[in-house]
Amino acid sequence: MPEIRVVLPYHLRNLAQVGNEVRVDVDGAVTMRSVLDAVELRYPMLRGTIRDHTTLKRRAFLRFFACEQDLTHEPPDAPLPERVVSGEEPFIVIGAIAGG
Amino acid sequence: MSGVRVLVGTRKGAFILTSDGKREKWEVNGPHFAGWEIYHMKGSPADANRIYVSQTSGWFGQIIQRSDDGGKTWHQPGTPPGEPTTTPEGGPKGESNKFVYDTSLETGKPLTTHQFYDGTQHPWEFKRVWHVEPSLKDPDTAYAGIEDAGIFRTTDGGKTWKELSGLRGHGTGPQWEPGGGGLCLHTIILDPSNPQRIWIAISAAGAFRTDDGGKTWKAINKGLRSLSTPNPEAEIGHCVHHIAMNPARPGVMFMQKHWDVMRSDDAGDNWKEVSGNLPTDFGFAIDVHAHEPETIYVVPIKSDSLHFVNDAKLTVYRSKSGGNEWEPLTKGLPQKDCYVNVLRDAMAVDSLDKCGIYFGTTGGQVYCSADAGDSWNAIVRDLPAVLSVEVQTLGA
Repeated sequence: MPEIRVVLPYHLRNLAQVGNEVRVDVDGAVTMRSVLDAVELRYPMLRGTIRDHTTLKRRAFLRFFACEQDLTHEPPDAPLPERVVSGEEPFIVIGAIAGG
Repeated sequence: MSGVRVLVGTRKGAFILTSDGKREKWEVNGPHFAGWEIYHMKGSPADANRIYVSQTSGWFGQIIQRSDDGGKTWHQPGTPPGEPTTTPEGGPKGESNKFVYDTSLETGKPLTTHQFYDGTQHPWEFKRVWHVEPSLKDPDTAYAGIEDAGIFRTTDGGKTWKELSGLRGHGTGPQWEPGGGGLCLHTIILDPSNPQRIWIAISAAGAFRTDDGGKTWKAINKGLRSLSTPNPEAEIGHCVHHIAMNPARPGVMFMQKHWDVMRSDDAGDNWKEVSGNLPTDFGFAIDVHAHEPETIYVVPIKSDSLHFVNDAKLTVYRSKSGGNEWEPLTKGLPQKDCYVNVLRDAMAVDSLDKCGIYFGTTGGQVYCSADAGDSWNAIVRDLPAVLSVEVQTLGA
């Protein structure tokens, strides 16, 4: 079962009481949906903070990146890059407006 | 020994200010939940150690926090204090953040639309919890007022929340329009003499009351006049900013409307204006003295276009006659170059023998008067913008 690295934004790290990066086991295809499902299973206090509780749609001010690619608007069931699956690169959740 | 605990919600975290009954020396504790907007925090009247917090973010949504030890430690309900918030097996811990409108056939109402700013119809969408009102009797029961307007109740200490959908299903919902802050249910008042009766207020729909524990609701806006609206005396569509009531005299209500200060002597069925000699009757906050039910406090704001205090002077106005005749209270408050606002939930009173009055400003000051408003001192001056102030009277 692949172990996926996930980078969370500052406030969600504090909420889950974790460091900069977490690792979750993903059963089956590694997609944004399956990775976020695994994150929410491991850290249930994050349910509703990345995706809507019921629709599971991405919250408007969050974006997803991996391997220097913007995956925000990719289909949630599209496979993530191989380097994420292999653990070489993390899947990154980031606030859409970082400052300024 | 008596004392007070002041719960301050700000744009960037929560702060707890404590003092003994003299209210001269203060300990400032915080920030809790640093960086998050704390719309409201309030202690249970049935258990002073139980505090509920609405922690919210435009990025990450809604979190409910709870303390069972007076604010020393916090947890999301469903996670016992001291236990890791990370369980490998998962479980329902995230439920405490879940506010989903009840559309079930058994108890719910269809998810319809409300009026948007431009007059078009807009679907109901949950955004945040504006106000948490703990039950007067049961620490595990509390009500949450949310945006887009609705009222939720928990009976398990905040672990799960269920909508009292009769309010959203009132039938006038499609006419409800958001105020500047959104379509928010910001005021919840529980009747100590009648557990079936609850008052709420929504910007900019108006005030409502239930007499059957939340199943059905009645609009109670008779006597309100909102100029610049198509029908100034309509049943719905009034921007009620806040309502206050002395618990010893249920049914006598005081309201700060967008413009106008109002009172009702019949539980909201009829309102009359008591703005009297106020320099401006626009404002947000209003509260009632703990022991003198005809003594009320407001902070006039210059106008709805400017949202700062009148004449650059921070002035609380007090009426000892239940309205109409107001006196300015300025001792200890800045009287020049002041351009702050005092938001709707940012004023509170304690119940010590000499009633203490408290308010917080958008400039980050929290003021206390230990002599019912005659004189004021800043407890702190440089917090983030203050969204809410509540007071717990301890050991009284």
